[in-house]
Amino acid sequence: MMSKSKPNDRLIRLSLLMVALTAITVLAVITIFIFEQGLPVMAKYGLKNFLFGQDWYPSEKSFGLLPMIVGSLLVTFGALLIGVPLGLASAIFLTEFSSRRLSRLLKPLIELLAGIPSVVYGFLGLMFLVPFIRENLGGPGLSVLAASIILGIMILPTIISISIDSIRAVPDSYREGSIALGATKWQTVRMVVLPAARSGLVAGIILGMGRAIGETMAVIMVAGNAADLPASWLAPVRTLTSNIALEMAYASGEHRQALFATGVVLFVIIMILNFLANLAARKQPGR
Amino acid sequence: MTRKFRLKPRVEQKVVQFFFYLLTSVAVLVLVFILVVILKNGLPQLSLEFLTKNPAHMGKEGGIFSTIVATIYLTFIALLVATPLGVGTAIYLTEYTFEGTVTRIIRFGAECLAGIPSIIFGLFGFILFVNKLKFGWSILSGGLTLAFMVLPTIIRTSEEAIKSVPAAYRLVCYSLGSTRWQTVTRVVLPSAAPGIVTGVILSIGRSIGETAAVIFTAGSALHLPSSIFSSARTMSVHFYILAREGISMSKAYGTAAVLVIAILLINIVAYYLMGKYISRSSSE
Repeated sequence: MMSKSKPNDRLIRLSLLMVALTAITVLAVITIFIFEQGLPVMAKYGLKNFLFGQDWYPSEKSFGLLPMIVGSLLVTFGALLIGVPLGLASAIFLTEFSSRRLSRLLKPLIELLAGIPSVVYGFLGLMFLVPFIRENLGGPGLSVLAASIILGIMILPTIISISIDSIRAVPDSYREGSIALGATKWQTVRMVVLPAARSGLVAGIILGMGRAIGETMAVIMVAGNAADLPASWLAPVRTLTSNIALEMAYASGEHRQALFATGVVLFVIIMILNFLANLAARKQPGR
Repeated sequence: MTRKFRLKPRVEQKVVQFFFYLLTSVAVLVLVFILVVILKNGLPQLSLEFLTKNPAHMGKEGGIFSTIVATIYLTFIALLVATPLGVGTAIYLTEYTFEGTVTRIIRFGAECLAGIPSIIFGLFGFILFVNKLKFGWSILSGGLTLAFMVLPTIIRTSEEAIKSVPAAYRLVCYSLGSTRWQTVTRVVLPSAAPGIVTGVILSIGRSIGETAAVIFTAGSALHLPSSIFSSARTMSVHFYILAREGISMSKAYGTAAVLVIAILLINIVAYYLMGKYISRSSSE
């Protein structure tokens, strides 16, 4: 029955395979380009000096990325400190405790807000948060704290909507079983629902983490961007992403290569996170 | 087991519930605050003139017309490239092969690509399109970079849409003697269309809001672009430059309002389609 169309079908299959390989090809090309541009300069000045050097003076060929690595990790950690409790609490509240009407209203609203461009978050941080920190807590205002808060808010919609989906995916029979045993709603959530939804929650948090560590423009606007190890939460900070974006416009030669090396470090951190997210998502119990 | 102080379960329940209620209110209020501030400060800046005049004096005067045009061009190119690639990938994954090493590699590629920060896409686009292929800072370079950035979204949403087409449709089609390709183009794709369109619309929203990947590939020239090879400044890049260099806060708010309204409208349309799609597929 299919014999007449078979050669044609094979051709279509082959072309679709070619198309389907685009994503992995692009990934490979990105990896090759970033490493090709970044590795030589890393090799020349030593991996150790790149990763643990504290001085970033591109004009004097001093390419220490430690302040930026620490900066990226600090603001990401800060963002999680703010985004995760708020995000998880909201997700739990909207799925388990609130009325159906309220969650029907709020979930779409939160997901719509996920589309707001990151520059807008950065801008509002610059207009409201930075002056607030400067006047009430001291320091220049442009700080680790400001960047953490802005990123924490920025990843909220991501964490909330993924958490809601994974909590909703827990079968109702689990909850009914627990309630039938005399557990309260909160005991049910804590001991039955959350463990069952765990892998989805972790995947959502890691996704938010990836978004925070990869964010560039919003961070540049509120972090102050000094290439020094921050002395406190109120000191300015520069992240790996902002290091690239701030200097790319005018960098050339080894300086530009050092920015690609910054990209290499960022890339490796992101890949590790992706790997962990995959691992967490695959460990879904009962699947 | 050590005995420790514990609240009665019922009291604990009340306390926790109140606490969660509080945290949720904080989260929602912060997000709503952002929306309200942008609209409150931005809407008064909007006028027909603001939308139809080109920026003057670095953006201190005039409107944002050229940046709107640039945004549309860039987004159009991105989707023109990404949609066939993404839908093609989804068709291959769902209709033309079985789960195996190849599909695992393809999925792995798409997942990793989705996690790569936009600044890395910017570096990649800069090296490949601007330098190696000599497109320069241009709408073409920026559009292609964005295309690869939104590709994973389109693949994922299309795959889900195609998977949710009932198997019975395909069986009926095959039993009538259709080829695989006929089944895909005449039965599967039309049924999956709303889902696929949703993915495309979400990608439009993401392209419009992107800054880091665009600024190093499309540049930031303020004039009205004359071809796909001219450098151009999108609304997001314009907004970023206005705000960061402190050129004009009122124009920045105006631009932000246009951006946010455009993206919200786009997401609402996507949501509406998704809702329709879900209610339709569940009623069948």
